[in-house]
Amino acid sequence: MTSSSTHADMAHAADSHAHHAPQSFWSKYIFSVDHKIIGLQYTLTGIFMAVVGVYMSYVFRMHLADPTAHIPFYGVLSPAAYNSLVTNHGTIMIFWVAMPILLAGLGNYCIPLMIGCDDMVFPRVNRLSFQIFFLSTVLLLVGFMAPGGAFGGAWTSYPPLSAKVEYNLTPHGNVIWLLAVALEIVAFLLGGINFVTTAMNSRAKGMKMFDMPVLVWMIVIATIIFMMSVGPLVAGAVMLLLDQTLGTHFFAAQGGDPVLWQHLFWFFGHPEVYVLLLPELGVVCEIICVFSRKPLFGYKTIVYTTFMVGILSMIVWAHHQFIAGIDPRMASIFSLTTIIISIPVAVIMFAMIATLFKGSIEFKAPMLWSIGLIVEFLLGGVTGIYLGSSALDVYFHDTYFVVAHFHYTLIPLVAFGGFAIFTYYFPKVTGKMLDERLGQIHFWGSAIAFNFIFIPLFFSGLAGEHRRIYDYSGFAELATPQMQSLRTMATHALLVMLAFQIPFVINVIKSLLKGAPAGANPWKANTLEWTADSPPPHGNWAELPEVHRGPYEYSVPGREQDYWPQNAPN
Amino acid sequence: MPSATIMPSPPHIPRRYARRGIVPDAVMGMMFFVACEVMFFAALISAMFVVRGSAREWPPIDQPRLPLLTTGGNTIVLIASGVMLWLAARAVRSSASPQVTSRWLRWAMWLGTLFVTVQGMEWMRLIKYGLTMQSSSYGSFFYLIIGMHAVHAVIALGLLAHVYHSFASGTLRLSRFWAAQVFWYFVVGLWPFLYVLVYLL
Repeated sequence: MTSSSTHADMAHAADSHAHHAPQSFWSKYIFSVDHKIIGLQYTLTGIFMAVVGVYMSYVFRMHLADPTAHIPFYGVLSPAAYNSLVTNHGTIMIFWVAMPILLAGLGNYCIPLMIGCDDMVFPRVNRLSFQIFFLSTVLLLVGFMAPGGAFGGAWTSYPPLSAKVEYNLTPHGNVIWLLAVALEIVAFLLGGINFVTTAMNSRAKGMKMFDMPVLVWMIVIATIIFMMSVGPLVAGAVMLLLDQTLGTHFFAAQGGDPVLWQHLFWFFGHPEVYVLLLPELGVVCEIICVFSRKPLFGYKTIVYTTFMVGILSMIVWAHHQFIAGIDPRMASIFSLTTIIISIPVAVIMFAMIATLFKGSIEFKAPMLWSIGLIVEFLLGGVTGIYLGSSALDVYFHDTYFVVAHFHYTLIPLVAFGGFAIFTYYFPKVTGKMLDERLGQIHFWGSAIAFNFIFIPLFFSGLAGEHRRIYDYSGFAELATPQMQSLRTMATHALLVMLAFQIPFVINVIKSLLKGAPAGANPWKANTLEWTADSPPPHGNWAELPEVHRGPYEYSVPGREQDYWPQNAPN
Repeated sequence: MPSATIMPSPPHIPRRYARRGIVPDAVMGMMFFVACEVMFFAALISAMFVVRGSAREWPPIDQPRLPLLTTGGNTIVLIASGVMLWLAARAVRSSASPQVTSRWLRWAMWLGTLFVTVQGMEWMRLIKYGLTMQSSSYGSFFYLIIGMHAVHAVIALGLLAHVYHSFASGTLRLSRFWAAQVFWYFVVGLWPFLYVLVYLL
C-alpha cells in the first residue's frame, strides 16, 4: 500500500474511529508515532545497551579479580581502556539503560493505556524524542572507535580532567561523550513534556487526578523533577564543551572554578536518583496490590510524600562534594537535608509493607522481583545514611563502600524493577504468558548472586579500597591476599549472576514461540491497561473507556469477584 | 474571513475524552519547557556569580566596559515587541479584522529583529575592543549568557514567523499562537533580569 493512500485511509478512520489501515513495516515499527511502539523502541534500545554495559562490567571485574589474565571475549585490559570502560559503564547504565527503560519506555507504554486515551498529546514530538535518543546512542558507541579511544574521565566528568586534552588524553572521546549525553537529555526533555501534558489533559472520562494509578503519578512527578533539575546540567555541559573546544576558562583553576561543575552536575545528578526511583516505586505499588489482592495503603499519602521527595531531592546535591573543599557549615546543612529525605521514602516503604499486611499474597515472578526490590533497596538506602553524614563521608568518600551503596540502590531499581516490569507487562505486550518455574529460578539465582557481588565490596570499602584504580599492587595495604579474595568473590558472584540470566532468555524465547495465551487481564488487575486487548491494537480501544472508581478496589466486601476494574459499570 | 479560522484536528491528533484542560496542550507543553529554560538560565547566572565571587576584580581592569546606554535602549525595544505581541493576541481574541492582527504581529517581529541586530552590532564592537570568550572569564560569561539569550530570541522569532505565515495563509491553529506567545514572553521577560545582572551589577 502506498503512503498516500495510507494517509487518506487514516484521515477517513479518524472520523469513524473504527480501525486504522494496515501500514508498512517501516511506518508501523520504525517511524511509528504510536506510543506503544515508541515505548518498545526505547525499551529494546535500553536492553541492548544493558547488554553492552554489563559486558563492560564483566571485563573490568575479570581484570580486578586477576590483573594479568587474558579475559575471555576481550583480551588483556590496558589502563586507558579500563578507564574508558568504567566511565562508559556508569554513563550507559544511568543514561542509556535506566532512563530509557524505567522512565521513557515504561512511561510511553503505560501512561496512555493507564489513563484511557489512545496516544500521547504530541505523538510526533514523541517520535522525534526517540530518534534523538537513538542518535545519541549511536554517537556514544562511535566514541569507542574515535582516535584516542572513548572518554575515560569517570561518568561524573569532573574538570580539569575532562576539560583538557593534556589530562584526559582522549581528544575526540571527551567531546563525543559530552554531545551524546546532551542529545540524550534533549530526547528525555521532549518525552517528559509529553508525559506531563498527557497525564494532565488526556485522562479518560470520569478519571479525576486521584483516580490515576500511582504509577502515573510517580512518572509525572519523576518527570517534573527531571525537567526542573536538568537545566543546570545542560548549562554545565555547554560550558564544559566550550572549555574543551574553544579554550574558555569556565572550569579552569585560573579564572574559573572547577568545583562549579560539581555543583551543576550534582544539582542534576542527585535528583536523577529519584527520577529513577519513583517510577519503580510506582510499579511496585501496582504489583503488590495486584498480587496481594488488597487496596493500596495510603494512596494520597504516597502521592503527597512523593511530592515531598521531589522538593527535598533538589536540596541535597552537595553531599557528593563533602571532600571537594566546601565549607563545613554548608556540609552539615546538606547532611541534614540528606538524612531528612529518607523520611518520606521510608513513609512510602512502610505504606507498601502495610499493603502487604494480611493480604492473600501470591509469589509469582513480578511479585518476587517487587519484594526483592523493597528488601534490597532498603539495604542500599540504609547504607546511604552513613554516606550522608559529612563526618563519616570524609573516610568513605570514593571507596568501594560508595560503589556498593549505589549499586545496592540502582541494581534493585534497574534490574529488579526492570524484571518486575518485564514479567508483569510481558503478557500485555506480547499476549503470551511467561513460564513461572523458569521465572522463579531466574529470580532466586540472580537475587542471591547479586548480594554476593556487593556485600564483599562493602567490606573492601570499609578497609579503605579506593574505586577507579587499575592496579592495586602499588598500594601495600590494599594488595593483600585478604583484599584480593574479596575482589575475586565479587567477580565470581558476577559470573554466577550472568549465568542465571540464561533461564530468563530461554523463558522469553520459549514464551514468544509457544507461551500460553494471556487474554486481556491475566493478573485480574483493575487498572485500564488490562481492559485493552493483549497486545493492544493501534488506538488501544475500539471505544474509549469511562472510569467509575479508583484503581485499587481489590477484595471489596460483598462483591463476588475480588477485583473491580476501573471502567466496570456499577 | 478565512484567515482567522481554526483548522479541524488533523488525523494524527490523538483521540481522547474531550476534557477541558486548564490550558491547551501546546501551551502547557511550552510552559514546562519554559520552566526548564528558567532553570537553565538560573544556572548560568549563578555560575557567573560563583566565579565572580572569587575574582579579584569584576570586570577585569584591562577589559572593555559594556555599552549600558545602547543596551538600555535595546531593552525598551524588546519590551515594546512583547507589548506588540500582546496586542496581536488581543486582536485575535476579540476577533478583530485579520489585517489588525497581522499588523501587530509584523511590529512584534520587526522590533524583535531590531533587538537582535543591535545586539550583534554591539558584539562586533566589543570584540574589536578585545572582549572575547577567551580573553577572560568575564568575557566567557558575557558571551555565554547573552549569546544563549540571543539564540532563544532567534528561535522565538522563527516561531513568530511561522505563526505569522500560517495566520496569513489561514492554517493557524490557535493553540500554536498561544504557545509561541508564551515562548516570546519568556524571551522578553528574561531580558531585563539579564540586563540588570550582567550589565548593571
